[in-house]
Amino acid sequence: MNAAQQREDARGAETRRELLLFRLGQEEYGIDILRVQEIRRYEAVTRLVKTPEHIKGVINMRGTIVPIVDLRIKFNLPVVTYDEFTVVVILNVAKRVIGIVVDAVSDVVTITEEDLKPAPEFGAQVDDDYLDGLATVDDRMIIVLDIESLITTPELGLIDEASAQ
Amino acid sequence: MSIDLSQFVQAFLDESFEGLDLMESELLDDEILDTSRNGERINTIFRAAHSIKGSAGTFGFGFVSEFTHGVETLLDQVRGGRRELTEDARALLLEAVDRIREMLIAARDGSPLDRDAVEQTRHAIDALLATKSGAAAAAAGDGSAKQSAASGAARWRIRFSPHRSLLATGNDPLRIFGYLRDLGTLELRCDDSALPRFGELEPESCYLSWTLELTGPAREAQVREAFEWVEDQCDLEIGRIDAPAAASSGAAATDVSSADDEPAATEPALAAGTRPDRRRTPDRRSDSGSIRVAVEKIDHLVNLVGELVISQAMLETIARADVDEFDVVHLERLRQGLAQLERNTRELQEAVLGVRMIPISFVFSRLPRVVRDLAARLGKEVDLVLEGEETELDKGVIEKLVDPLTHMVRNAIDHGIEKPDARERAGKPRAGTLKLRAAHQGGNIVIEISDDGAGLNRERILAKAAERGLPVPENPSDRDVWQLICKPGFSTAEQITDVSGRGVGMDVVRQNIESLNGRLEIDSTQGQGTRMTIRLPLTLAILDGMSVRVGDEIFIVPLTAILESLQPRPEQLYTISGRGRVLNLRGDYVPLVSLSDVFHLPSSGKQVEDGIVVVVESADDRAALCVDELIAQHQVVIKSLETNYRRVPGISGATILGDGRVALILDVDMLTQMH
Repeated sequence: MNAAQQREDARGAETRRELLLFRLGQEEYGIDILRVQEIRRYEAVTRLVKTPEHIKGVINMRGTIVPIVDLRIKFNLPVVTYDEFTVVVILNVAKRVIGIVVDAVSDVVTITEEDLKPAPEFGAQVDDDYLDGLATVDDRMIIVLDIESLITTPELGLIDEASAQ
Repeated sequence: MSIDLSQFVQAFLDESFEGLDLMESELLDDEILDTSRNGERINTIFRAAHSIKGSAGTFGFGFVSEFTHGVETLLDQVRGGRRELTEDARALLLEAVDRIREMLIAARDGSPLDRDAVEQTRHAIDALLATKSGAAAAAAGDGSAKQSAASGAARWRIRFSPHRSLLATGNDPLRIFGYLRDLGTLELRCDDSALPRFGELEPESCYLSWTLELTGPAREAQVREAFEWVEDQCDLEIGRIDAPAAASSGAAATDVSSADDEPAATEPALAAGTRPDRRRTPDRRSDSGSIRVAVEKIDHLVNLVGELVISQAMLETIARADVDEFDVVHLERLRQGLAQLERNTRELQEAVLGVRMIPISFVFSRLPRVVRDLAARLGKEVDLVLEGEETELDKGVIEKLVDPLTHMVRNAIDHGIEKPDARERAGKPRAGTLKLRAAHQGGNIVIEISDDGAGLNRERILAKAAERGLPVPENPSDRDVWQLICKPGFSTAEQITDVSGRGVGMDVVRQNIESLNGRLEIDSTQGQGTRMTIRLPLTLAILDGMSVRVGDEIFIVPLTAILESLQPRPEQLYTISGRGRVLNLRGDYVPLVSLSDVFHLPSSGKQVEDGIVVVVESADDRAALCVDELIAQHQVVIKSLETNYRRVPGISGATILGDGRVALILDVDMLTQMH
């Protein structure tokens, strides 16, 4: 491998991102696949006390207690059902293990930074702060989430204010 | 060539602290004063002091090794029968142990050190060494310096200007100064005017020179001896000044400052130089980060893992059988294998938890010193009785017990045990007895601190509570009254002596114990004494719990909190308007707490009297928890909710049930306060 090629590869690795795509209602979202630890079927959770509605509870994942957030409730999707396609994406974010409930996992795609367009001001359910932008893959629009800031936002109530610092 | 010593510093510190503990415990034994029987003990103490001195020097804690040198000399004289260990000498040695410990702690943490106290103790030791006859002192090695004390102190002025190459020959001015300091009082001024700008400074060259004034019984030869090794590498002037102290030191100061641009900065040169901040270990405060484990425990673990591997191999052989071969015989063997695996797992679990267990003597061994010092200060006589020191307890628990236990012992001596005269009048032996007992009781450890002192005074406690505006139940039982002393705000300025009022009150003691999932019980009989009982779980990682069902959810109630469980009869239940419902429990009214309400669970529609109430008790209060069913009593492994989530009110943690579900562990304190 010559030097020019190596440089080429290095640049490619810099700008290329692999995303895990999942569906929430009609929309397709993408998150950085490096944050994803595993994907599980939705299973019964143990409810917690006095939590916001989108925090479903906790599950036991091989001895670790993992809180589960239903993003569909958080994003005010009209239909929230739990069926055989409902999956939990286990994320490793901010040194924590957290599960998010989504309607279905659809694909893994690679995009480059150039594919990523800034999101227009759309008064959508998702706050602009949690968006990296929009990307188009095979004529489908993907909303790329900044999952780290979404999970750590106080609004989500997953992390104690005190320990978040 | 250069060896990084810092990696060994931690080991040195650990070892030194152990040595100090050993010295302390040997010194505290009264046998040490008995010349005919103390030989082995003195030897032990001497060896500990000697090795601290030696290694402190190696690791650059020169000031520790200098200080310890005096202690060692004293001990050597006692060991050689040239000096008797008197009560005073013992007190002095104990003081010296404290000083050494302080110096090491200061060196480890970079915290400030009370140098005056160190100097005071050092002088006291020197003075003691100087008291003995010439023969004894001379025999003790460098004691000859003190021999001439009677002939009066001389003052020496030394100008010491080393050549640049001094350091390269392996000589260190600090050692020389340290030696001189042993000869008397050393005043020292450093001249740094030869220092080049930082960029031009050669780190291996010595640019400093010193003017020293030594006041002490030293002879010129002794002073010269200090410079023996560097004679040809320095310009040295030694002269005796017999001028009055004030004038000569003034002259010295002007002398030096004339050649000195920054006089203020030079004064603490010696002090700053000896402080080993630079060599501080990177992993400071690692004292609770490591653990010493008996080799036999580790061997046991290795054996158990070996057995586990055998079981695994056995199961694998069975699993490899073809499907059509798999018959009843195989099934039976599979079951046997699984049973064996289960036993291995359990044993391994116990053994692994055992690694964290250390004997409670870790805490107990500190107490004789506390008792001795305190009793002496307060003019009281106290016999300390320790029982069950070998009882093992989780390291984490033990470390959190040190402060509460020390405080309770102080309390018992300060407030509990009376002065000898008062005791005699009350028909009790002059010396009070303070007894600490540790024992296993089921899955708990029980620590009792009992004294035969005056006991708690019910009237005074009630009066004080009223004065402080603390809520007191009507017709309080003795138990209610005793609990008052654990209320925040009870410990007051009036009560604070320098003995027991050091920042921690009984409320803090109680909080500490409760944070360990433990409970504090107080019993007292006026005139006969007080007994405080601490009940603690064996380990922080495992809890004895009762699993209860509420609707579809399962909760764990810590067993230590449960008083009783019962099926209430309708006539036991009362509604207080606006305040919820209460349960009449043999005349006491206990508030009912509906777990399904607290946790917003879907209502089962069941009446309280169809279910079961679990009466729980926290330190402050009681409550009756309404549950649908008691499931089982078992040990649960505590998992933190906070690792990946956050604190949840009413819940102290989570655990995983046999079927893999998560169950929440109730925080009884919170629940009793919720109603």
